[in-house]
Amino acid sequence: MTIKTAIVAAGFAVTATLGAAQDLDLSGKTVDYVIPFSESGGSAKWANFYAPLLSEALPGNPTVVVKYMPGAGSTKGANWFQAQTWEDTEGTVIFGTSGSTQFPYLLGDPRVRYEYSDWNVVLASGTGGVAYLPPAMAEKLDGLDASGLAGEDFIWGSQGATRLDLVPLLAWKMLGMNVEPVFGIKGRGDGRLMFERGEANVDYQTSSAYLANVTPLVENGSAVPWMTWGALDENGDIVRDPTFPDIPTFKEVCEATEGCNTSGEAWDAWKAFMIAGFPAQKMIFLPKGSPDWAVDAYTEALNKVLARDDFAEISEARLGVYPQMTGKGAKNTLTLGTQVPAEAKAFVVDWLQEDYGVSLK
Amino acid sequence: MDLLATALPALGEAFALILQPQQLLYLTFGVLLGLSVGVFPGLGGIAGLSLVLPFIFGMDPVSGLALMVGLVAVVPTSDTFASVLMGIPGSSASQATVLDGFPLARKGEAARALAAAFISSLFGGLLGATILTFFILIARPLVLAFALPEMLAVTLLGLAMVAILAGRIALKGVAAACLGLLVGTIGEAGHGGSLRMVPESWMFAATGSTTFESYQYLADGIKLVIVGLGIFAIPEIISLLRQNQSIARGAQLGSGWAQGLRDWWANVWLSVRCSSIGVIVGVIPGLGGSVVDWIAYGHTVQTAKDRSQFGSGDIRGVIGPESSNNAKEGGGLVPTLIFGIPGSGSMAVFIGGLALLGYEAGPQLVQNNLDITYTVVWSLALANVLGAGLCIGLSGPIARLTTIRFTLLAPFLFMMIAFAAFQSRQSLGDLVALFAIGLLGIFLRRFDWSRPAFLIGFVLSTQAENFSANANQIAGFKFKQGWAEGLGYVATPIVIVIALLTVVSVYFGIRQSKQIRSEGDVATGSKRAPLIFLLALLAYVGTAWINAYSINMISDKIFPLAVASVGLLALVALLVRMMMAGEGDEIFADREASGEDAEAPHSLWGTLAWFGALLLLTSLLGFVLALALFMVAFFRVRAGLNWVWSLGLTAAGIAFICFLAGMLNRDFPPGLLQSYVNLPWPLT
Repeated sequence: MTIKTAIVAAGFAVTATLGAAQDLDLSGKTVDYVIPFSESGGSAKWANFYAPLLSEALPGNPTVVVKYMPGAGSTKGANWFQAQTWEDTEGTVIFGTSGSTQFPYLLGDPRVRYEYSDWNVVLASGTGGVAYLPPAMAEKLDGLDASGLAGEDFIWGSQGATRLDLVPLLAWKMLGMNVEPVFGIKGRGDGRLMFERGEANVDYQTSSAYLANVTPLVENGSAVPWMTWGALDENGDIVRDPTFPDIPTFKEVCEATEGCNTSGEAWDAWKAFMIAGFPAQKMIFLPKGSPDWAVDAYTEALNKVLARDDFAEISEARLGVYPQMTGKGAKNTLTLGTQVPAEAKAFVVDWLQEDYGVSLK
Repeated sequence: MDLLATALPALGEAFALILQPQQLLYLTFGVLLGLSVGVFPGLGGIAGLSLVLPFIFGMDPVSGLALMVGLVAVVPTSDTFASVLMGIPGSSASQATVLDGFPLARKGEAARALAAAFISSLFGGLLGATILTFFILIARPLVLAFALPEMLAVTLLGLAMVAILAGRIALKGVAAACLGLLVGTIGEAGHGGSLRMVPESWMFAATGSTTFESYQYLADGIKLVIVGLGIFAIPEIISLLRQNQSIARGAQLGSGWAQGLRDWWANVWLSVRCSSIGVIVGVIPGLGGSVVDWIAYGHTVQTAKDRSQFGSGDIRGVIGPESSNNAKEGGGLVPTLIFGIPGSGSMAVFIGGLALLGYEAGPQLVQNNLDITYTVVWSLALANVLGAGLCIGLSGPIARLTTIRFTLLAPFLFMMIAFAAFQSRQSLGDLVALFAIGLLGIFLRRFDWSRPAFLIGFVLSTQAENFSANANQIAGFKFKQGWAEGLGYVATPIVIVIALLTVVSVYFGIRQSKQIRSEGDVATGSKRAPLIFLLALLAYVGTAWINAYSINMISDKIFPLAVASVGLLALVALLVRMMMAGEGDEIFADREASGEDAEAPHSLWGTLAWFGALLLLTSLLGFVLALALFMVAFFRVRAGLNWVWSLGLTAAGIAFICFLAGMLNRDFPPGLLQSYVNLPWPLT
């Protein structure tokens, strides 16, 4: 090596360490795609969908493996991720969250030691939810007007009042329904089985589960679709779910039902938690302190994934027809999904305490 | 006829699909992988499936299915190796196999026990696949007939097996089961999320503090892997290590694998009955498979004429549970495929894999893709034949492991157990919990408190609580609508039949349990040690009672309060009996009084200290460094090997565990050192 090339090389090394724009190169490395959940469940499915595609699209084609870090309702994994830094990981650790990670954060759960605004979002994936009824109950609906259900007794299998199930639970309440939740079931699949066995007489499923398992029930006449939670348009307003354009949204049902208001603190709270739970349900993050060029490299790789010719085809069955957002879209979704007005939060905390004895100090 | 008209063509199509060289190759690969993963206790199907999941995407569906099914199907076959040879329950499916399988290995009849187990597994697997073939088309209404009251009834039937495994003193069995149930309630309650046996203040502790870490660990409860390893494996390993022998006493091998096949044939009807139990329990979603081997074991004992040998090496005690656990996989595919509801963790991952291949589990799969569904069935059958065949062939040579001096095996077993336990939650807490439960297991064994009863209680705790609370809530709702509605929900024919079975099981179980030594004979000794242990149990159950009493939410307190009350009554009654009885009464059973343990050349505490040292070193230096130090020291000092051998064996062990962890993409427990210094994998 001549002195000249040595100086040039040293110069490059200095600029590199000063943190100027670099190219992310992950060749020969393994990227840990950590999710704070177990191998079963929706987040595992979602992460396993993206992992191989990311591997193809990231610079250097690293191996992308999904790592499971379940515990304490997903707060354990999120607390762990909060302690990760760019310097230690250099692009080899990404983190996938779900509504279950956002809800404790929004509700001020004492177990939460993580801060979403420290992290760098690179992808936001939405989903939707569909509520359905047994035919005998669906008959009591008068078009969109659900006031006919007010006198009935309902029983519903739920995973817990502070989970994603908070959204439907609040919706039932706003419609004036008398619903007794049976808490402690293991997954939404168990709730659907309770419905099929006639133990429960109202239920909802997220989109992909609805398509696979409730559509046959609708076809043979043992279930009637009722309403979706809706999707968001560019202005942040609730519109019909693109996967289920023929099913009305809760907003429409609420407007048509006496006593249910699409304004006021209950509505604001419902909408805030609905957004956190469904359209902004799942996100991928880089750890705190990640430089912009690394975020850009990941964003570009994800854009490449979304631009695949076969993306619509392979994602439809597994993710539903929902926006998969990167860049600015992802940042907007993150804001919508992790910032709730203080009044909305207070309303939910009081309601949970009053109706279900759940205290969130 | 209609059924046959739909099933047969699809069955033929599926047969043609699977019998292609490429598909068969993938199936074989899956089987080999499943066998290798299944051999290691605590890893099981989930680890294996996670290993292949990244490669499933983009594969041709039939190959992918063959790979995954081949893997899942043989895990309950190969986990028998650990159960029989080492007394380590390989997975939740073969806990009951330990009871008679391990004593057979100690008699030098490991090959016989293994062969009988594998042929039973094969038979169960094939029966499961056959039933699955036709049942899957008509199962829907039958599966839906199992609502919460029915599931609660089956859970209670499982708990009733405690009666027969309670040991010489029924009350001790009851107390052990209550203790298991209570340990199962530790952590956040399923209903309202109240914390049980975890101080609420821990939740507010600072990030990274030991208290907060303990909270995060305990909030989710203690996992079955840890309890299984702690209750069965650690006491046996420590006991064997103290005696400084080989597993087969005198290093003599008795009858071989051919005898095992003959044993199975002589008990073929038992195998049929237990396989059927396996299929039925597997079919019910939400019940989980961990209870099926106990129900099968209980059935085996109850229907046997001569019960004197159970627990000290009766081959029927191997045939029963092993017939049921592979059959369960076939049964478990029914709810998995037709409802999209996984019956176990590995089934949940399997559904994820199906999605990667472009199929969504659910009613549509069976209706529209019957050929794909049957591909699963055929793969299941073929994998069972292949897996069991390989295992029977291997059982002779592998049985020779039991003739090796145990001191040379023990470090490798400690390594495997610690690694397996750590996979449960990847926290240092796993190792602490393992040590604590192991200690409990050692004392339960020493003082002859039924370990199976404890384990059954633990396994069924969550579902007993959830099913009873939920069924109660819904029943209340139905009774509000009218008596006929309510009774129609609670008192269905299925519930009544299972309840009758439960009553009969308990009645005969109590009558028979006096003859059954599920863990062999135990000598009696002085009063002091058994009394102290009883008082310690009393203190724990008392604390649990107070803790449950202080919970506000009725839904979260009622179950632990009720169980702790029963446990307290049983323990107090035992205490009274201890005070009345004289020395030498059977209530003062103590393995340290006389027998193998008492005459062992090494002391209990000295031996346990070795294992404790491994865990302590791990918390300081991380697992791999700690293991290296531990193994070298153990081989040098305890086993008395020279430096060359000590270093060589240690290097082999470390290389092996790193290979395994690398393949499965798992980490090792880090220690204090790692929080100060960044070390490269595998030292992280």
